[in-house]
Amino acid sequence: MQTVKVNNQTHVVDVPGDMPLLWVLRDILKLTGTKFGCGIAQCGACTVHMDGQPIRSCVLPVGDVSGREITTIEAIGEQPLAQKVQRAWLDHEVAQCGYCQSGQIMSAVALLANNNRIDDHAIDQAMAGNICRCATYTRIRSAIQDVSESVGVWQP
Amino acid sequence: MSDNHLTQESASRRQFLKGSTAAMGGLMVGAWLPPFAPKSAAAAAVATQKGALGDRFAEGFGAFVRVGHDGRVAVISPKIEMGQGIHTGIAMMVAEELEVGLDQIDLQEAPPDADLYTDTLLQFQATGGSTSTRYTWEPLRRAGATARMLLVEAAASVWKVEAGQCQARDGQVLGPDGQALGYGKLVDLAATYPLPETVELKQPEAFRLIGTPAQRLDTPAKVNGEAKFTIDLDVPGMLITSARACPVYGGTVRQVSDRAARAIPGVKDVVVLENAVAVTATNTWACFEALKALDIEWDYGANRELNSARVGEKLHEASRRDGVVAAENGNIDQSLDTAATQFEAVYEQPFLSHSPLEPMTCVAHVQADGCDLWVGTQVPGLAQQTAASITGLSPEQIRIHNQWIGGAFGRRLDFDFITQAVQIASKVDYPVKLTWSREEDMTHDMYRPRYVDRMTAAIGDDGYPAGWRHRIAGGSIIARYLGGLPDNGVDFDAVEIAVDPVYHLDDLKVHYIREEPEVVPISWWRGVGVLRGIYAVECFIDELAHNAGIDPLTYRKTLLQHRPRVVAALERLAEQSNWGDPLPEGRGRGLAVGEVFGSVVATVVELSAVGDKGIRIDRLVTVVDCGLVTNPTSVKAQMEGGTLFGLSAALFNEIEIEQGQVQQENFHEYRQLRMGEAPSVEVDVMPSAEAPGGVGEAGTALIGPALVNAVHAAFGDRVRQLPLTRSGYYIV
Ligand code: FES
Ligand code: FES
Repeated sequence: MQTVKVNNQTHVVDVPGDMPLLWVLRDILKLTGTKFGCGIAQCGACTVHMDGQPIRSCVLPVGDVSGREITTIEAIGEQPLAQKVQRAWLDHEVAQCGYCQSGQIMSAVALLANNNRIDDHAIDQAMAGNICRCATYTRIRSAIQDVSESVGVWQP
Repeated sequence: MSDNHLTQESASRRQFLKGSTAAMGGLMVGAWLPPFAPKSAAAAAVATQKGALGDRFAEGFGAFVRVGHDGRVAVISPKIEMGQGIHTGIAMMVAEELEVGLDQIDLQEAPPDADLYTDTLLQFQATGGSTSTRYTWEPLRRAGATARMLLVEAAASVWKVEAGQCQARDGQVLGPDGQALGYGKLVDLAATYPLPETVELKQPEAFRLIGTPAQRLDTPAKVNGEAKFTIDLDVPGMLITSARACPVYGGTVRQVSDRAARAIPGVKDVVVLENAVAVTATNTWACFEALKALDIEWDYGANRELNSARVGEKLHEASRRDGVVAAENGNIDQSLDTAATQFEAVYEQPFLSHSPLEPMTCVAHVQADGCDLWVGTQVPGLAQQTAASITGLSPEQIRIHNQWIGGAFGRRLDFDFITQAVQIASKVDYPVKLTWSREEDMTHDMYRPRYVDRMTAAIGDDGYPAGWRHRIAGGSIIARYLGGLPDNGVDFDAVEIAVDPVYHLDDLKVHYIREEPEVVPISWWRGVGVLRGIYAVECFIDELAHNAGIDPLTYRKTLLQHRPRVVAALERLAEQSNWGDPLPEGRGRGLAVGEVFGSVVATVVELSAVGDKGIRIDRLVTVVDCGLVTNPTSVKAQMEGGTLFGLSAALFNEIEIEQGQVQQENFHEYRQLRMGEAPSVEVDVMPSAEAPGGVGEAGTALIGPALVNAVHAAFGDRVRQLPLTRSGYYIV
């Protein structure tokens, strides 16, 4: 039995402790907004927050997350900053197929929430783990810049 | 493509149908899609292939527009949404003519039906080949306009005025004395009228919606986790399944020991297929772990020895032979004999994987009297056929529930994974969701073929070519996909662009030499034949320009005097990219231009040489004339994404085979551009009154040659083989 706290709800799940958090979220808790892309921490599609930090849930054993707060794309919109990010994503028409975008948004929100100075280099670093096969990078960057400016942390 | 889609002539080729069914209610209008008049040799060859996909090919009735009693408009989209924004485009076309807001439209995926939804450009029901806007552009607007006319007529008769005194606006008909009636109130009456004899479409000047940037309809669900792709579905009683196919294509399962696999908690069944073993379980992780725990003895079959080096040798060898002649003008053999100079170059393009971020997935439920498939597919009709042939059910008993696709790039024009899902589902009594691991996806793709192009030009004293001989060696997608080549033996996809280069040449001879590495299953990949053709032609013309000591843009223009639309794009590109401005040492610009998918596209890459082989891309400028634009935001997004998609491939990507097995398994070995490496793409959409052209693959096709030509300009090194990493280049 494993205990996980996801989006402010505690769940006890009957799975082995080495099952990656990703599959607990998707297959057991039916939170399918978090995606599977590679399974080896290469693509970022599975990015969620653990205590506010972005992590790749495909390589994080569920046994290691007890006592931690997990937030997924389904609940991130409860945070005002994340709402701004989601809005910017729409304004900039970022998504194409959209499959990577949950992960992209989770990485972007963490970048914005955890830094009081953001420049292009910071965007490059924070988003380096997220692949977009539709290659929407240009628009992701503009959307993040926009939010950075609006919350006063853009320092090019 | 210069035929004006608004002419009376083309209008007369179309017929319309209207019906009101008790089951659905409201006013329903559809359009008979036109027979496709072949315009080129390649297109004519397509037409001869229609039989291969069944006799049900016909001019199709499709594109339903239904106005309901609540005034909402249902549009049945013959095209699947895979990120290209086509659903929004289709909604805009209907809304424009029907005079409703975009928010009044509900889009539904078309069910498989070859008679109704055959793409007259592709010749079967499919989403691909950059045809979606081109194919829907006129019929959908026409259906919208027809519905509007009937509604106006209905209102006019209610008010006892002339239809000409009424006007449709925002989902209502407005009368001469300030009357107003919503569409919902008029549908029953409108449905009793015969169809109007003539339907007039708006002239572009009158467009209120088309040409304006509209927010995509599908994106809100894609930023909050609500969007469901096939991989996210959950149907009652469903288990997850995943499979491991023989690592060598064509190999089979000899024997399996599954004790360890079955011991994994959550595992339900182990299903042995001819060429693969699948596991079903309550969760994906258990499936993946169990697959690893299986002890499988394979019969690798005939392809066990195949390797990349051998494939390369055979292709090069083939490129030295003459093949089937795909095009011939003038007399190139004679010109080559008498030319002042001959110049030959050989270009090579690798096998490529599609690797969409959503791996192959399909939910299947097979029962005695029917089969349900929930799957994102570009070819619902073929999906239905494969399921029918496996289950022995009739096609009508196969229900396809098409889904959003998490990237396809041509991968879901194939249905191997659907076949596998149905095979597994046929052996168990519950629905299964097939999810491939990334490793399975990458090593069992249907790859973009590897090609070798050998081009030999006859050059005159002025440095310009009288013409060239172009030999293309490679596998045939057409032969695999359609079950054979046309009678002339030419793979019309593989010779695209080569048979009709934009440049004026007195002599041209194109040979197609089919050299098939049987082991490697090949298929469409974003840009298809155009991508490979443009690469060879645009690199070659660039080499000829440099050999002649003439600026490559000027050189191209000289050979393009008969193609003013292409020249205009080149001039625009020169302006946008500051082509003439001098650059410092170690910095260079390369360009490529083409008329592709009904659009004219021209691209410049500007880059710096960093050290010996480091590439820093400083600017990427692309100009597109894609005719009348429906949604400028989608056009730009497709050009940006398509260009960077092609850039990743040209820089890094190659699928290699050793002992019959694909060597690249995941994104660390098949790497993609990442945020810090992706240049911003400056897209300039030229104002144009031409018929709409495709943009989904245009950027992808142009970036490769532009990049290689820029590498030459900056490093002085002529790379002829993709990807660039093969020649030691890397990105900084
Ligand atoms: S699925 Fe976790 S990083 Fe790709
Ligand atoms: S939007 Fe398709 S993978 Fe990013």
